[in-house]
Parts: sequence; structure tokens; C-alpha cells
Amino acid sequence: MSTMPAVVAVNTFREAVRDRVLYNLIIFALMMIGGAILVGEISIGVHQMVIVNLGLSAISIFGIIMAIFIGVGLVHKEMEKRTLYSLLAKPIRRWEFLVGKFAGLLLTLVVNTALMTLGLTGALYYVSRTFERSDVAILVAVYFILLELALITALALFFSCFSSPLLSTLYTLGIYVAGVFAPDIKGVGEYTQSPAMAAGARFVYYLLPNFHNFNVIAAAAHGETIPFTLIWHNTLYAALYVILILVAASAVFSGRNLK
Amino acid sequence: MSTHTLKITSHVRSVTLAVVAVPLLFVAIAALQARIDVLSAPVTQDKEELVLRSASLLKKLSLGYDPLLADIYWTRAVQYYGTRLQNRSGSFQLLAPLLNIAATLDPKLLIVYQFGGIFLSDHPPGGAGRPDLAVELVKRGITANPNEWRLYYDLGFIYYTRLKDYQKASRAFLEGSETPAAPIWMKIMAARVAENGESLETSRFIWAELYDSTKDESVRKTALEHVQGLDAEIALKRLNQVSEVYWKKFGRFPTSMQELRGAGLVEGDLKDPAGYPYAMGPRGIPQLDPHSSVKIESNQRKP
Amino acid sequence: MTNAAIEIQGLTKDYPVGFWRKRMCRSLDYLTLRVEEGETFGFLGPNGAGKTTTMKLLMGLIFPTAGTARVRGRSIDDVRMHREIGYMPEQPYFYDYLTARELLEYFARFFGYNAVERRERVRRFLELVGLTTASDVQLRKFSKGMLQRVGIAQAILHDPQVVFLDEPMSGLDPVGRREVRDIILNLKRQGRTVFFSTHILSDAEMLCDRVGVLVGGKLQGVGAPEELVSMEVLGMEILFEVRAGSAPPTSMAERATHAGNRYRIEVAEADLYSALEELRSCEARILSVAPLRPSLEDYFLKLVGREKATRPPIEVSLV
Repeated sequence: MSTMPAVVAVNTFREAVRDRVLYNLIIFALMMIGGAILVGEISIGVHQMVIVNLGLSAISIFGIIMAIFIGVGLVHKEMEKRTLYSLLAKPIRRWEFLVGKFAGLLLTLVVNTALMTLGLTGALYYVSRTFERSDVAILVAVYFILLELALITALALFFSCFSSPLLSTLYTLGIYVAGVFAPDIKGVGEYTQSPAMAAGARFVYYLLPNFHNFNVIAAAAHGETIPFTLIWHNTLYAALYVILILVAASAVFSGRNLK
Repeated sequence: MSTHTLKITSHVRSVTLAVVAVPLLFVAIAALQARIDVLSAPVTQDKEELVLRSASLLKKLSLGYDPLLADIYWTRAVQYYGTRLQNRSGSFQLLAPLLNIAATLDPKLLIVYQFGGIFLSDHPPGGAGRPDLAVELVKRGITANPNEWRLYYDLGFIYYTRLKDYQKASRAFLEGSETPAAPIWMKIMAARVAENGESLETSRFIWAELYDSTKDESVRKTALEHVQGLDAEIALKRLNQVSEVYWKKFGRFPTSMQELRGAGLVEGDLKDPAGYPYAMGPRGIPQLDPHSSVKIESNQRKP
Repeated sequence: MTNAAIEIQGLTKDYPVGFWRKRMCRSLDYLTLRVEEGETFGFLGPNGAGKTTTMKLLMGLIFPTAGTARVRGRSIDDVRMHREIGYMPEQPYFYDYLTARELLEYFARFFGYNAVERRERVRRFLELVGLTTASDVQLRKFSKGMLQRVGIAQAILHDPQVVFLDEPMSGLDPVGRREVRDIILNLKRQGRTVFFSTHILSDAEMLCDRVGVLVGGKLQGVGAPEELVSMEVLGMEILFEVRAGSAPPTSMAERATHAGNRYRIEVAEADLYSALEELRSCEARILSVAPLRPSLEDYFLKLVGREKATRPPIEVSLV
């Protein structure tokens, strides 16, 4: 019975894989990474740093695009196309369906990110002909990107339960951008004179998903090690937030009348 | 029919779970976030998103939201300064770039120049110790806002207080006095600085003016410290003169403030701005109470 | 201890309508219905009567404003109920990037079969609905009729005890319809309960143990087809053919309708033999003699409030 989400997940993955748009995005991303090699040639001495910076940024951006692009249609498309009719007549609970869709898209993103990371590692190896210990920082950065993508996917899925793809994209993007500037929102709270503003800013700061947490691209570019406690805390943060969003999505979706 | 009894449908269960779990999760998440903030300070602080150091690139990327981004970078600059100050790390490497980016994005954000003027030029641990960068920043401000008397004031401030270049300071004050809406005293200041160079009274005036007019908390704080320090110095100077009078009268140095009072040469409380009584040091030179929180320049000059 | 396959009690569904969504439109009005195990039940009604709404409510796709329903003793809110039922939606939409085989395999996974069983079932049911040759074609290339068959296959491949079919015959050609009829008859033979909606009355008459008629969201009549229409014989209908070049007997000429040289006439039961005599004397060829009874269609139309249908012009189709 608890395998229902897995069944849906595998099928969601299959659907994503058969979607041609995905391949275009991956190719574009790999092109960017390849381009990074050329750009890096220009500035001697910081070659690797530039490749890592550009490469990780590309992986992050394309991951986000994919997560939102597919995510906002996850539930909405099934409702519009009525494929849900026959599916929900099977012994599957609505929340199991949601979790399955989420897991399927996440799996897709993991696979794509892994492919792109392979490309990045390849580009680095091409340039430096060696692997260094500091390259582990890159893997950690990629892991953080995946945590970020998990959150974005969950958000997109949540909105997909009740709003059109266009609106869902706007909402998800909006929250993402706000989350990236989270520390600045916190800063406003610390800088302002009015206690009401300060309290409001602090409240919003803790409420929003803090995407800034996951941005260790610069650190990775410098080959810095990221402490394990931070990795663990961020994983927990992402996990709890994803659970929160899925619980909310389940509450919304479980009462929805399908047209 | 059954409209009054609530059927325990799966929907009801989901909503109940959400109503209970979501607030709890938010609390847990907030607590986690606080912990993460502490943990990640050393990692992310240094290598901030100054990946984009090129201000002009940033301006192009900001898609017209320059003033907003300027505010963000300004806020970050303040935060950066504040945290660095707390950590007593003594290095403010990113302060100038951050302020410069903010100035590029919004050249009319005057507070950026003032803040930079004071804290870039101040020596560590209070500032970056780079008066040259400070001058550069304020001059940028003047170029962009040639009629803002405040900026000439800020420039004059740097020359006077940090660089001790009284000629340039005077010239800055003079130029400033010629802008519309400039206060009358600027001309007087220009003259006085040109004549006397540094004086405690002028310094006090400059810092007090800053204190009165600024809206920025950090600037106010530092200005107040300086005003108090200067007040103390002025008082000490006068006490020192009194001490000499005592020596002339009695042939020896006074050993305590009581003696001065006893001789009828001073009256009143003789407390420094922090509330600590002035003490008499060796050879009749008045000093601050060792416990006093007031800072004076001559203190810092002592080995 | 009941062995009702389907028990519906006061099921009601209101929809908000209007710009501000303030007014309520009642699409199903306190439906109360009981279907026994092994019954084949036909759910009749004009378009928009609420048949699909009823199905969607039973499947948990939409939620009732009031009322309850149980299938095989389990509430429709219980997900376990879905193990024992099969559902074919009105217009089957499936994941068009999957092939027929992949779709059935996907759905089969929800029932816990192992890989071997699954493959075997899928193969068997693809064969049953005649899609073996198209089993590895992507569904986006399927015609409506083919999709309909996939719809049936996915509804029954887990051998459910109760099968819900929403307009199973729609969009099918006569061959397809017969195949569906055979499938339903087969299910009936296996003792399963079949609940299907249709507006093809002849199918309902032929297949159903009982029918229910839904009009404007209200259940107007339930019962066996022969119970709902009276057994009264209204007359006899004779179909005959005259020899080329001849004309029918004069007494019949005005009353008969014809197409080409095929004629149809209605006579009172008492006049049957004299009429046949007349036809024999002009060497007409008798094609059929049948009693006229009110049909389900009459009953249906009466319920729907329209006037009694005029007899259609003679249409002799060779079936």
C-alpha cells in the first residue's frame, strides 16, 4: 500500500524523460558549461574558479527552470486532461498521488543534475587534468542545489493543485526570489527604527523558505570545505519545509472536486 | 440531511493534519533557520555574492530596479559593518565594494557617502582604515550631487579628522558653503580651519553637527562617542590650566581634585560625560577615571 | 446482513454557479438507489441528467453536498473500496505518451500483482478488447474507439466485483458495440455487478436486469425494463414485400408505409389473419409479423415529458 507513491513516481519520471523539452534544456546547460571553459581561458589563474562558478550557476538555473516548468503542471495537467479520472478510481489515496508526483519530478531533477555535474567535472578535468580534495566542495554545492530544487518542486506542486500553470509559475518564482533575498529582509528588520517593521520583517524572514542558505556556489568556487553540521542542518531544513508544503498541498487537494 | 454532523472524510483528516502540523513545522523551521544563520556566518559572510563585483554589470542585470538593489546593497553594507564590528575581526574588506555598488546603482543615495566617509576612514577596529577610499567615495557623491552641501561637509570631515589635511578640509568646507541651502557656519568653519588647523572646539563642533543631522544609527553612535570624548578633552585641558594656576600659587602640583576645589579654583561636580569623576594624575595632569567609558584621542595615542 | 453491491442514500450534489458563485445549481437531487450483487443495472437519462455526476461521486472524484453511498459494504470515502471496483470514465483520457500495454501495466501495479502475473493479465485483457496488434502504439495515436476499448480493459483487468461504466458504447461502431455488449454479458455471467449509464435504450433493454431513469437530477423510475413498460399488446406489425410491378392490396395501400417495394402496416390483433390472407392472395412475401408493445423508449420519452414518438418510417436493415 505504501508503494503507491513509488508507482506514481516511476510513471512521472517516465513522462518527464519522454518530454523533449528536457533534452533541449540539458543540452543548453552542457553548452554553457562548455562555454565556461572558453571564458575561463581568458582570465588566467582563475580558470577553475570561473568554470565552477559558471557551471554551478548553470546547473542551478536550469534545475530551477525545469523544476518550475514541469512542477506547475504536475497536478494541473492531470486535472485538465482528466487522466486523473481513471487513476483516482484505483486504490490510491490522494496524498499518495501527490507524494508520487513530487518524488517522480525530484528523481528526474536528480538524474539531470547528475548528468550536468558529470559534464562539469569533465570540463574541470579537461582544464586541470587532476582531481583535488577541494573538488568535494563542488559535490556539496550540487547537493545543496538539489535541496533547493526539492523545495521549489514542492512549491510548484502545491500551487499546481489549485491554480493555472501561469499563476503557479509566478507564485513559485516570486517566493523563490524573495527567498533568495531572505537575509536582506532580515537586514531590513535589524536596520529599521520602527519595532512593528522589525517584527514584521523578522516574521517574514522566518516564514519564507530561505534559499540563500543553499547558495554555497562561491564557497565551492574557492574550494572551501563546508562543515558537516551545516550540511546536516540544511538537509533537515529542506526536509521539514518540503513536508510542510506537501501536507498543505494534501489538505488542499483532498477536498478538490475534479471537473 | 447530514449537514450538521461532520463526516470524518479523508479531506477532513488532511485538513486537520495540516492545521496541526503546519504551525508546528514552521516553528521547527524557524528554530533551524536561526541555528543555520549562526553556523553559516563564517562560510557565507566572506565570500558573499560579491561574485558580481562589477557594479556596472549589476546595473545592467538589475533590469531597472536599480534603486531597490541599491537599497539592498546599502543594507548589506550596514549589516556587514555591524557584524564585523561585533566580531572585532578588524577587517572590512568588502565595505568599500559594497558601498560603491550601492552608489553606482543609486548615486543619489546620500547616506552611502556619509557612512562610507566615516567608517571607511576610521582606523580599526572601528573602521576600515582607508581614508583614501573614503575620499574617493565621497568625491563620487559630489560629482553626482554637486549641490548637496552635506557631501562637501563629509569630505571636509575626512580631511580634517582623519587625514589632518587642514588646507583641503578648509577648501571643502568653503566649496560647500557656496552651494544653495548651505548653513552659514560652513564659511566660518572654512576660515577657522584654515587659520588654526585642528582645534578641540572645531572638532567638537564637527562631530556634534554630524550627530544632530544624521539619521543613521551607527553614525550617531560614533558621533556621540567622539563628542563626549572631545568634551572630556576640553574639560581636561581647562583643568590642566587650573592645575598650572595652582602650581604658580602653591609651588607644587595638586594631588587631587579636592585640592583644586579647596583652593577655590573650581567648583561643581567635575564629572566626565559618562559620569565618572575626573582624577588627578602625576605631575598635576588631570586624567579620566580609569573605569570611564569615554574615549579620547590622546588616550589612544599613549603607548 | 445485506448483499447490496451498491447502496446510495440521499446522494446530492450542488454546484455554485453565476459570476460570484453564489447561486447553487443542484445537479443531483437526493438519489436513493440500491443495486444487488450480480445485477446488471442500466442508468438511463438524457444528457445532463446527472448520470456522470453520480458516477464521479461514487468514484470520489467529486464530493457530495449531502448523502452517503456504499459499495460492497464500504463507504465511498474508503480507499479500500477501490480494490473491488472498476471504472471507465465517459471520455477516456489516458497518458498519451504511454502505449496501451504500458498504461495497463501501470494501472495493474496498483493492485499488487507480481511482474509475471501483471504481464499475463495485460496480455489477456488486451486480447479481450481486441488491441493486441496495437498494444505497443502510443495512445496519442489511438482513435476514439480504440481508446474506449483501452478504457474497458483498464476497468476490468483486476477482476473487480463491481464495474462502473460511463457510456461504454459511445463512439463505437456496431462491431465495437457488440463486443462491449458481449463483455458486459460475460461479466454478468461471472456474477459481477455491472452499473452502466447509457442513452441507447435498446442496449439497456437487452442487457439490464433493472434500469433507473434519471431526469434533471431526480430519479424518476426504477425497475426491470419489462416492469416499467406495460405488457399490453397494442397491435400487430406486418412487414411484407410485393412482387415487382404489383401493388399492395387496396385496403392496405393507404395505411401502409413503404420504401421501394417493402411495406409496413399496423393492424389490430383481431384482424391479423384476415390481413395475412389478403396479402397471400396477392402473392406478397411476408417478411415479419411482430406484436406492438410500448417500448422503453416510450416510457423514457414520457418521463422526459415529450410527446409520444411517432413511429419511424420503415427502415429495414439487414443485421
